[in-house]
This record gives sequence, structure tokens and C-alpha cells, in this order.
Amino acid sequence: MSGGCGRNPPPFPDNEDQEAELDTRVLDSDEDDDDEGEDIFTIARSKPITPTSAPDEGDIFSEEGSYIRSDVHHATNGLHSDDELDLFTEATVELTLTNTTSQGRREIIGPTASACNTTHVPNSILKPSIVTKTMEELEEEESGDQFELNIAVTNPEKIGDGMNAYMSYKVSTQTTLPMFLNKTFSVRRRFSDFLGLYEKISAKHSLLGFIIPPPPQKSVVGMTKVKVGKEDSSSAEFVEKRRAALERYLQRVVAHPSLLQDPDVREFLERDELPRAVNTQALSGPGFLKMINRASDAVNKMTIKMNESDNWFESKLQEVENEEQLLRRLHAAVDSLVNHRKELCSNTAVFSKSVAMLGSVEENSALSRALSQLAEVEDKMEQLHQQQAFSDFFILAELLADYVRLLGAVRCCFEQRMKVWQRLQEAQSTLQKKREAEAKLLWANKPEKLQQAKDDINEWESKVSQYERDFERVTCTVRKEVLRFEKEKARDFKQHIVKYLESLLHTQHRLVKCWEAFLPEAKAIA
Amino acid sequence: MTSISEDSDKEKVRSVSVDLNNDASLVIDIPDALCEREVKFTVHTKTTLSSFQNPDFSVPRQHEDFIWLHDTIVETEEYAGLIIPPAPPKPDFEGPREKMHKLGEGESSMTKEEYAKMKQELEAEYLAVFKKTVQVHEVFLQRLSSHPMFRKDRNFQIFLEYDQDLTVRRKNAKEMFGGFFKNMVKTADEVLISGVKEVDEFFEQEKNFLLDYSSKIKDATAKAEKMTRSHKNVADDYNHISGALNNTAADNNTAFKKHLEKCAEVFEKLRKVEDRVASDQELKLTELLRYYTRDIQAAKDLLYRRARALADYENSNKALDKARLKGKDIAQAEENQKQCLQKFDKLSESGKKELTSFKARRVVAFRKNLIEMTELEIKHAKNSVSLLQGSIEILNSN
Repeated sequence: MSGGCGRNPPPFPDNEDQEAELDTRVLDSDEDDDDEGEDIFTIARSKPITPTSAPDEGDIFSEEGSYIRSDVHHATNGLHSDDELDLFTEATVELTLTNTTSQGRREIIGPTASACNTTHVPNSILKPSIVTKTMEELEEEESGDQFELNIAVTNPEKIGDGMNAYMSYKVSTQTTLPMFLNKTFSVRRRFSDFLGLYEKISAKHSLLGFIIPPPPQKSVVGMTKVKVGKEDSSSAEFVEKRRAALERYLQRVVAHPSLLQDPDVREFLERDELPRAVNTQALSGPGFLKMINRASDAVNKMTIKMNESDNWFESKLQEVENEEQLLRRLHAAVDSLVNHRKELCSNTAVFSKSVAMLGSVEENSALSRALSQLAEVEDKMEQLHQQQAFSDFFILAELLADYVRLLGAVRCCFEQRMKVWQRLQEAQSTLQKKREAEAKLLWANKPEKLQQAKDDINEWESKVSQYERDFERVTCTVRKEVLRFEKEKARDFKQHIVKYLESLLHTQHRLVKCWEAFLPEAKAIA
Repeated sequence: MTSISEDSDKEKVRSVSVDLNNDASLVIDIPDALCEREVKFTVHTKTTLSSFQNPDFSVPRQHEDFIWLHDTIVETEEYAGLIIPPAPPKPDFEGPREKMHKLGEGESSMTKEEYAKMKQELEAEYLAVFKKTVQVHEVFLQRLSSHPMFRKDRNFQIFLEYDQDLTVRRKNAKEMFGGFFKNMVKTADEVLISGVKEVDEFFEQEKNFLLDYSSKIKDATAKAEKMTRSHKNVADDYNHISGALNNTAADNNTAFKKHLEKCAEVFEKLRKVEDRVASDQELKLTELLRYYTRDIQAAKDLLYRRARALADYENSNKALDKARLKGKDIAQAEENQKQCLQKFDKLSESGKKELTSFKARRVVAFRKNLIEMTELEIKHAKNSVSLLQGSIEILNSN
């Protein structure tokens, strides 16, 4: 299911070309990526996590790749307003190298229709001609988009030594979007690059009321262990956790139709060398500044009481805050499960060894054999528990952690709207003051200053109307964003829940097999 | 508190040892148990033996009564050459009791659902402990009833039949101290035993085997206990996750809510299965190991008694030599020596028989329990599979 994301960007001129592209979906075949390349982009959703080996990169990959992909589809979620169209026309003009015709533009609206998608209501005009080869290859839930954009983050490599060391990740993109220079390409990025991207996006778009996906969290402890060179399982786990989080982050960013158009995003994906993002360090000057700003924001939040004409916002914000709390609790419960399962895993391993010892001492040969078989079964169970713990974490726990942070981002969005409103209020009160000043001047009969006053009033009148428009726009955007977010959330959760249940199912299947294999051994005791 | 009788749907959890009730002349079981301050077991006997007054009767017994019976048998000289069935351990309701306490305290601060869930957990744990303790007491009695010598024991008969409180016949403080002392002496014997030179090949082998096996099985028991506890923790977590999912769903509407609710349902059902997996594993595997750890100890005790008899015999030989030298009390010393030899021979003979049948019994018990455990594991896993498959289908079709 190479379901691309539901892009409504500039159309691809030629369907046939695209089909050919889809067949050659292989990443740049560098290093040892060949197998992984195949895995990333194949439809692997029905396949449970490959059990045989400890979760290695390739496997994780196919999982991550496959399920996130459908995440990335969402198109415009039926929010077809003029704004959207405008956005895309602009984008079209700026970016593409291929010809964009008005014909092309109409097609933008088309592809969001997904004939078989039941969870997500397509409001679009269905253009039958849009049915492409991609539809057949996509899973039912994916929208039949013409455009693909698949992103994967792989190959963490440690660069450098000691405290200046860092992990470098390979960011691979495979796309049919014409706004990119190539169809498949990859670059190497480090964690601070991702943070830098977030900063840039946030600076540009958050004031417009978009929900900006939050980046993965920094972790001084985790990174220090890696830097210091501890080659143990916990630092490997940390790197894997971060890699997966970075991947999800990017996928969410490009899933957002407006953000994808941002040149910074494109640069991040494409450009070979990025200037170092120094403002992202926690203990830097800008870092402190950010902390201060955040604090003042918090204070503002407490003092502003918006005059809400629309209850929707107030109740929605309340909902969001509640949900954040509930998800936090749910996350804690899942976290506990992950830990206990890991405990179960190690206890099973220890028990297995103990049973093996017992078997070796046992004088009855049939019982002795059965006991060593039992030890082997328990050993297999240990592996199953290990993999299940992995699923518990990566499918469920990380999903919840992501959404707790995303809900925080949604809250920020609401706060931004409040800021815009505040700006409007201030402008309105300034205008009021200017008018009063003019009135005073009139009354005091000072004609020389009157012109100045009139100019001031005009200036502020236009500011007020500008801010009013801004506020309207932000209100509209926030509303749309929230609806989009909620749809995404429902779909995301459903997908992950199903995936998780499938992982449990897989484990139970294997359990049945293990025990069924043991049963004749037990019966053979004499 | 609660009276828990065996559920109709739960498998009759019979002995960890062989089916000991295959002799219809004396059939014992514990159909019921009450737990108030103390646990009261209902011991039910069906017999065709004439030595009993009734063919079918029941008496209530406490755990201490079982211990009394065990100790009187241990102290009976006659049975020195037999493996004495190990005493059942004291019922341990610490876990459920703690939970009950927490439940009572937190009742006001919990939501109705949380309370109901905790109550469920508590009941499950209670039931598990109950099953265990009933089983282990039952097996003790059944071992006695199926042994040709023990079943005829007068005290055993009293235990089964005497329809009043046994407390008066139980150890008084002095006797208890006596028992304590005996245990202390026994540990000294262990050192003695390892040192005694063994002439008999059979016993030499047995001694080595039992010593080695004993430490390994103790270890396996401890590890099994930890593993079972982890299983229970996982089941508990499923419970909490289910609750948290329901809480999150309650606050919502839309498709999101439905997905969460469905997921909560699945976790709830999975919890039940995991609980059963954990408790079945405990019953069949951990209890099996625990029981045989104790049984191995009982076998070792037999060896010690025999070794002590051997030491006594050797001492009596020395005494006889000394008496012969001195020319005094020779007859007495000879008599002593003869008795010691007799005792030693008797212990050796019955000991050999007992240890051989012990081997057979152990192998059969392991076989039975491993098979039963495996079958249960398969059953539970298949249940999980169908449960999960069904849920996935429903979620996908939505």
C-alpha cells in the first residue's frame, strides 16, 4: 500500500508514467538498503510484525512504513473551501516544473474521493477519470490519490566521538510529486535538524491557526548514553525509539496539505547539506528566550478572557484539555503493561534455564527429555513476550504519547487564535483612543494637528479591519484544522488498535503452535 | 466472608500426584471450604471399610488439624521407614486480604467502574488462592488414604471421623516445642548423613540424586513463582487499560468513541483469559514443583532416618565391643545391637520400596500435570485467537 498521502498538489500530467514509477519503487540502492527499500514501500499492512528475528531494522521498517502510510493520505478531508484552492494555485505557480493547466487544477479536487473509504467522508466531486493504477494497489481505506509521498527514516549512524558525537539519520523520500527534483532521494539529517524544521514551520504557520505537529522530545540522558558509547540494549532501544519518532513526525508534517507546500519542508527533504540549527539547543540563548516566552504565554492565557461569540471554541478547548488528561492516564497504564511484559520476558528466560537444569538432573530419561523440551518452549515464549512488548510499546504506547503531545499542539492552536483576537482588541482600543484624541482636537479647535489625527485614524481603521479579517481567517482555519485532526485521530487510533490486536493475535497463534508441539512430548513421558 | 465451592465450569483440580482416589474402599475429597477468621475445610469421606462407623460422612477441619495429623504420623516410630506425605502449607490469603483492605479504604474515592474492577480482581485472586489451598490439603489426605499403612492409622481415622473439635487432641505448647527441637536435630542430621559411609549401591545413588534434585527443584519453584506473578501483573494491566479506555471513550462521541469502547471490551476479555492462563500455570506447574520440593524433602527425611538408624547400629556395635572388652552388660549390648540392626534392616527394606514407588509417582505426576497444563494453555490461546479475530473483524468492518 503505497498509498501516498492524499496530496492535492499540482497534478501529474501523465498517468502512464506514474504506473511505471510505481513499479520501480526502490530506494536509492545504496549500502545495504536494498531489502529495506522493497520493504518500506510494499503493501504490508495485513502482515503482522515479522516474528522470526529480533525486530531488526527491515522489519520495523515495513511496519512503520506500511501503517503510517495510510495516516498520510488524508487529502483535504472534505474541507474544500476557497482557501484551499487558493493555496494550491499559489503553490502550483511557485513550484512545479511541469505544466499546470486549469484542467490540472480541477483534478486537484478530484482525487480525494476514495471509493471504498468508509471512515472518512469524501466531500469532493468524484472524477471518474481519476481512477488510476494506484487505486488497485492501495488498500481499501486509502484514498485513491494520484500522488505519492512516502517518507522513511532509517540507518541511524553515530558520527564523531565523545560529547560532540551525534546520531545521523537517513531520511528517504519516494514521491511522484512534481515539485520535487527527483522521484526518490535521500539525505542525512541529525536530530537538531528536525527541531530546526519545527521551529521554522512553527514561526511561519502557527499564527495562522494551523496545528503544528510537535517534534520528538529531547532527551539529555538518552543521548548522553549514546554519545558516551554505551553499546547496550537500552541505548539501542533509545535510538530505535527516536528513529521511529522522527519518522512519524515527518510523516505527520507532510500529511498536512499546507505544510507540505512550505519550502522549508521541501528543503529539509531534498537539500544535501542543511545549515546547523543552533537555536534548538536547550541551554542556548535562544533556548532561554523560548522558555521565557512560553512562560509569558502562560500568564497571558490566564488573564485573557475571550468574549466568545461562538461556543464551539470554548467547549472544544475543554474537550481537548480533558482528552489530554485521559490519554495521559491511558498512556501510563500502557506503559505499565510494557514494563510488566518485559519483566515476564526475563522471568520466563530465567525459568527456562532452571527447568533445563532440572531436566538434566532428572533420572527418568523420558521425563528428562520432556523437561528440556519444556525449557525450549519457555525459551520461545520469552521471544514471543519480547516481541509483544515491542508491539505494546511501538504500536500503542508511542501512539498515545504522540497524541498527548498533539493535543498540546491543538491547545496551542487555540491559544494562537486568542493572541490574534487580543491583537484585534488592542487595535480596536487604540483606534478608539485615536478617535477620542481627534474629538478632543476638534473641541479644542486645533486644526493643524487634526490632519495628523485623521491620518492616525485611517491607519488604525485599516489595521482594525485587517486584524478582523485575520481573526476571521484564523477562526476558520482553526475550526477546519480541528475537524481534520479529529478525523485523523479517529482513523489513526483505529488503525493502530487493529494493528495492535493483530500483533496480539499473532503472538497467540504462535503460542498455540508452541504448546501443540510440546504436547506429544509431555504425553511421551513414561 | 465467602464460601467458595468448586465452580462447575472449572476443571476439577485434582491432585498434583497420581489419581489417588482409585481405590473405592476409602475415598476422600474436600468439596467445600469456608473462610472466616480461619479457613474451615469440609472433609468428606466415602468408605466401604468396616472400621468406620458410617459409609459416608463429612467433618469440618482447620489447617492446624492437618498439621497435627502430619506431626503425629511423623513421630510414630512405626512409620520411620516410609515417606511421610508432606504437610500442606498454611493458607496464605495475605494478597487478597490486602486488596480487600485497599478496596474498603478507597471505596469512596473510586468511580463505580474502578470499584467494580478492583472487586473483580480481588475475587479472582481469592478464588485462585482457594483452589490452591484446597488442592494441597486434599492431596495430603489422599496420599494417606491410598497408602496401605497410613490408611489404617488410628489418628487418621479420628481425623476423618471425629465429629467434634479436634483442638483438645492437638499439640499443646510443650509438644510443639518438642517438635521444634526435633526439627533442629534433623538439620544436624543432614550433615551427619552426608558424611556416613553408604554400603548399599541403591541408597548411595538415591542420596546423590535426591540431594542434587532437591536444590534444582527448589530453584525451579522459585523461578516459576516469579514468572506466574508476572503473568498476573500483565493481566492486571489489561484490566487497568480497559478501564482507562472506557474513561476516555465516555468523554467522547463519534467514531473515535466506538473504537475505544471496542478496544476496551477486547482488553477486558483478554484480561480474563490471561488471568486463567496465570492461575492454571500456577496450579499445574508452580504447584507441581512446590509439591515435589516438599515431597523430595520427605524422601530425604526417610534417608536421614535410615542413616540415623545406621549410625545407631554402628554405635551399638562399638558399644558391644566395649562391653565385651569390659566384660560387663554384654547381653544388654548384644540385645541393643540386634535391635538396631533389625531397625536398620526394616528401614532399608521399606525405604527401598518407598523410594522406588516415589520415583514412579513423581514421573506420573509430572506427566499428568504437564499434559493438563499444556492442554489448558492451548485452550486459552485458542480462545484468545478467536476473541481477537472476531474483534479485528468488527473493527475493520466499521
